[in-house]
Amino acid sequence: MSDKTNRRDFLGMSFAAVAAVGGAASLVGMKQAWDPLPSVLAAGFTTIDLAKIDLVPGKPQTFTWRGKPIFVLEKTADMEKFDGDLVIGDKRYTVSIGLCTHLGCIPAWKKDKWKCACHGGEFNSNGQQVFGPPPKPLNIPPFSVKGTVLTLGEEGEQSKAMMTARA
Amino acid sequence: MAEIKESFFSAEGLEKRLAGKKFWKTMMTEYWIPKDINFLWAMGVVLATTFAILIISGIFLLMYYKPDTALAFDSVNYTIMQDVAYGWLFRHMHGVAASVVFLIIYIHMFTGIYYGSYKKGREMIWLSGMLLFVTFSAEGFSGYMLPWGQMSYWAAAVITNLFAGGSLEAWGLVEWIRGGFAVNDATLTRFFMLHVFLLPLVIIKLIVVHFYTLRIPHVNNQSSEDIDYDAEAEKYLAGNKKESKVIPFWPVFLSKDFAVLGIFLIFYFYLVFFNYNFAMDPVNFDPANPMKTPAHIYPEWYFLWSYETLRGPFFDMFGLKAGDIGLMIFGFAQAAFLIVPFIDRDPDILPAHKRPRFFIWFWIMIIDLLVLTVYGKLPPTGANAWVGFYATAVFLLLFASMPFVTKADAKARGAL
Repeated sequence: MSDKTNRRDFLGMSFAAVAAVGGAASLVGMKQAWDPLPSVLAAGFTTIDLAKIDLVPGKPQTFTWRGKPIFVLEKTADMEKFDGDLVIGDKRYTVSIGLCTHLGCIPAWKKDKWKCACHGGEFNSNGQQVFGPPPKPLNIPPFSVKGTVLTLGEEGEQSKAMMTARA
Repeated sequence: MAEIKESFFSAEGLEKRLAGKKFWKTMMTEYWIPKDINFLWAMGVVLATTFAILIISGIFLLMYYKPDTALAFDSVNYTIMQDVAYGWLFRHMHGVAASVVFLIIYIHMFTGIYYGSYKKGREMIWLSGMLLFVTFSAEGFSGYMLPWGQMSYWAAAVITNLFAGGSLEAWGLVEWIRGGFAVNDATLTRFFMLHVFLLPLVIIKLIVVHFYTLRIPHVNNQSSEDIDYDAEAEKYLAGNKKESKVIPFWPVFLSKDFAVLGIFLIFYFYLVFFNYNFAMDPVNFDPANPMKTPAHIYPEWYFLWSYETLRGPFFDMFGLKAGDIGLMIFGFAQAAFLIVPFIDRDPDILPAHKRPRFFIWFWIMIIDLLVLTVYGKLPPTGANAWVGFYATAVFLLLFASMPFVTKADAKARGAL
């Protein structure tokens, strides 16, 4: 009888193996069905011309890139100079993704810092966390600079260097 | 199977095929419930009824709701609220029931904790019940997204962002859950699917499991007495109904339940008709705007206590970032009550008033959860942040101390 048992075992294991491979393959398919669509991934270069947006020093403006708010602040003379600043000519800028690094609310500019209404996090004019639960500074979007034009979504030298300085 | 000769088209033929009488006996007329119970034992039937109300009102909302970021807000606030006959009623019934169902779940849960109904044979009931709580939370969260108002959007943004916490960010988990870089149309549609199909399906299955796990060990009673159900059932069936310690589920127990259910439904429909606003946040009557966070974000009242544990630790400790600590405590809080049967070291099933130290533990837990709930709604600034911090610490200490508290009670009683 033992040879029959072995045959049965073989059938059982083959069935399990085929089912496991099929099951794993369907999980991969289902996972990918939930991935962001190609159109979503492909969309998303935003250009900002710092010379044309009438930025008032000390008053940040908000732009949109990939559905996320981008803060652009021109620093006033009294504000701390920081290695993570974007320097163009004699002007210093703070560029950040305007989502709190805690849980993604949009902090609001109050006088001289960004304050988050959700969990009380605060970021200074350099984009660094100074109070509350945010674990790290505001993120810097990847961007390249040509003259006064920023292209968001295109990794450039400055944005990389700024990110390192800020972290 | 014996061959059945009786016609399919006759009562006895059907009975032979389905054994309906036997089933009815097992599930109803000979499903024994202790006499020594109070109104708190009616919460199961109240919950089942509330869930039925949610399904029925949900079906009517589903026929006009549009899961599309461009249409969702108007389909709820214009079409359903103003055009559909009684649309406002179905929406208010659905919203109020979603809120009230958590009130009853909490009562049901803490009744179980108070009377020790989670241990020594009843662990599976407790575990399936806690899984129901977790699934109901997911159901509540996904449903809250659908009207696509400001609170819908920002609650979705904040909660999905939990999956970008700590080292999770590198995995791209949050983009996967959202189907995009931010909460967007794909997010709304997939949460709509979860809310109206997958999660209700899971809930219905879990309810069946929850009932099944209860059927064999039977419900606990007020004095946690270990009843010999066979002996007591025999007495009842022999006509000694007065002496027997048990009653049948149907019609006796359910008639008590229906009395409690009647009172509950009066309360529920009072809320639906005269006080529905507590379940309808004014902020959510502004359409979703990804570029503007509302001044103050808070979840519905039933999530406030666990939300407060998330933001309780607001400064770095033990070499960990404040946000990561909050995230870990929040993760723990979601499933914390799952472990209660395994950290209760008392070998006896007894109500809390017969376990003096556990009694104090129980009421501190209730008070702490109420404090967390109240401060979860307040802005997290100044003294509020510290109250949240200490209440979160107490919450963790209560779980850490439970094995010792319950053991001390058992020792004092001489059971250990």
